Amino acid sequence: MTDLADLKLSNAQIAWRAAQDIEDGAYVNLGIGFPEMVARFQPEGRQAIFHTENGVLDFGPAPEPGTEDWDLINAGKKAITLKPGTSFFHHADSFAMVRGGHLDVAILGAYEVAQNGDLANWSTGRGGIPAVGGAMDLVQSAKRIAVLTDHVTKNGDPKLVEKCSMPLTGVACVTRIYTSLAVVDVQDGHFVLREKVPGISMDDLQAVTGAPLHTEGEVGELTCPEDLE
Amino acid sequence: MDKTVSSLAEAVSVIKDGMTVMIGGFGGSGAPIELIHALIDHGAKNLTVVNNNAGNGHVGLAALIEQGRVDKLICSFPRSADPTVFTERYKAGKIELEIVPQGTLAERIRAGGAGIPAFYTPTGYGTEVAEGKPTAEFDGRSYVQERWLKADVALIKGELGDAHGNLTYRMAARNFNPVMATAAAVTIAQVSRIVPLGDIDPEHVITPGIFVSHVIEVADPAQEEELNRAEAVYP
Repeated sequence: MTDLADLKLSNAQIAWRAAQDIEDGAYVNLGIGFPEMVARFQPEGRQAIFHTENGVLDFGPAPEPGTEDWDLINAGKKAITLKPGTSFFHHADSFAMVRGGHLDVAILGAYEVAQNGDLANWSTGRGGIPAVGGAMDLVQSAKRIAVLTDHVTKNGDPKLVEKCSMPLTGVACVTRIYTSLAVVDVQDGHFVLREKVPGISMDDLQAVTGAPLHTEGEVGELTCPEDLE
Repeated sequence: MDKTVSSLAEAVSVIKDGMTVMIGGFGGSGAPIELIHALIDHGAKNLTVVNNNAGNGHVGLAALIEQGRVDKLICSFPRSADPTVFTERYKAGKIELEIVPQGTLAERIRAGGAGIPAFYTPTGYGTEVAEGKPTAEFDGRSYVQERWLKADVALIKGELGDAHGNLTYRMAARNFNPVMATAAAVTIAQVSRIVPLGDIDPEHVITPGIFVSHVIEVADPAQEEELNRAEAVYP
């Protein structure tokens, strides 16, 4: 079997691929951490409006260190900046935007995604202190729920599974998964493979996926720029 | 009518042992640090606190928890850069935790302020947070029933305030503050500046004074992030 480590995309490449699917003018919420990278890779000529659930819409990038204003932060509690068009709102309005279905896309990380779209990403269920934040609200309500993830865990176990073993964040909510090896849609209770990285066979990809990968027509080639930062 | 008060100690003197206290802010942004520290000095204990988080470092909410004043915390995300204070007390069984999804927390508080005892939300359906709660289907989709959340006292932070309690906020420090202001029997607002009536353009008032009981001026309020970078500890 091919060594997956040589084939897999970097986190920046996964984020880049997800960014290619965001339309001009889309309202987008990016989860804390890895999904935040998506904002860097918006295609030329398209401008998404980013929502952060603590109460800011359409904000600018992180300020220079030393110039932070700690009243102006994102959901990850990192400093952000104003830009023409920024608006502020309180928490109930922020989650009216979320729950009311006004966001086009929410992009999150995952521990596990099941073939029916169930998502587990808030608690491993192995003790520790539970912390959910806004994830449960986001996954039930944005029009599209995209997950960015490594295709397998650090131990090499599949993260795309038949049924989640960890506590759920939401049921049947994920619509598309961007992994380090593939782009997979959740459709009618199963995984549909849309794209895979060059050099991996269907059998090898299936071997690291915990539920059957269906196909519809040709599977596209998942290629991304090499020099992303 | 004059809702302004001149000392932090006077402002928090209504808080009694065993009360439920909502504290505004999201992380340090919008956290009424001076009011929380006045509450520590005041000494009320066995409190139930509603906040999005569980404090960071050894100031503000973390300090209130560290002093052993909080029996129960209702929050969405009890993690931070330095959550040691909460984590240790939680693991020692000294503080009860109710985890509420962030939007549900905001809406429960909104409902409390708006006189809506319960509502249905899609959030959390089919997950641990919905266990034991009624569910219902509307137009083919399943929802969880959640109840309102009210408090005896809300401690909030605004930018400008006037004698009638009209408030504005500063950038993302708005967060939970205007919603909590509506949901408590007594709402105490610290503001950076008290201005004469009429100085706040009515178009710019975010919290109308009807929701506010007391206003206290705290010029140049502390930022939790800056206190933590200086490794501050309260008291």
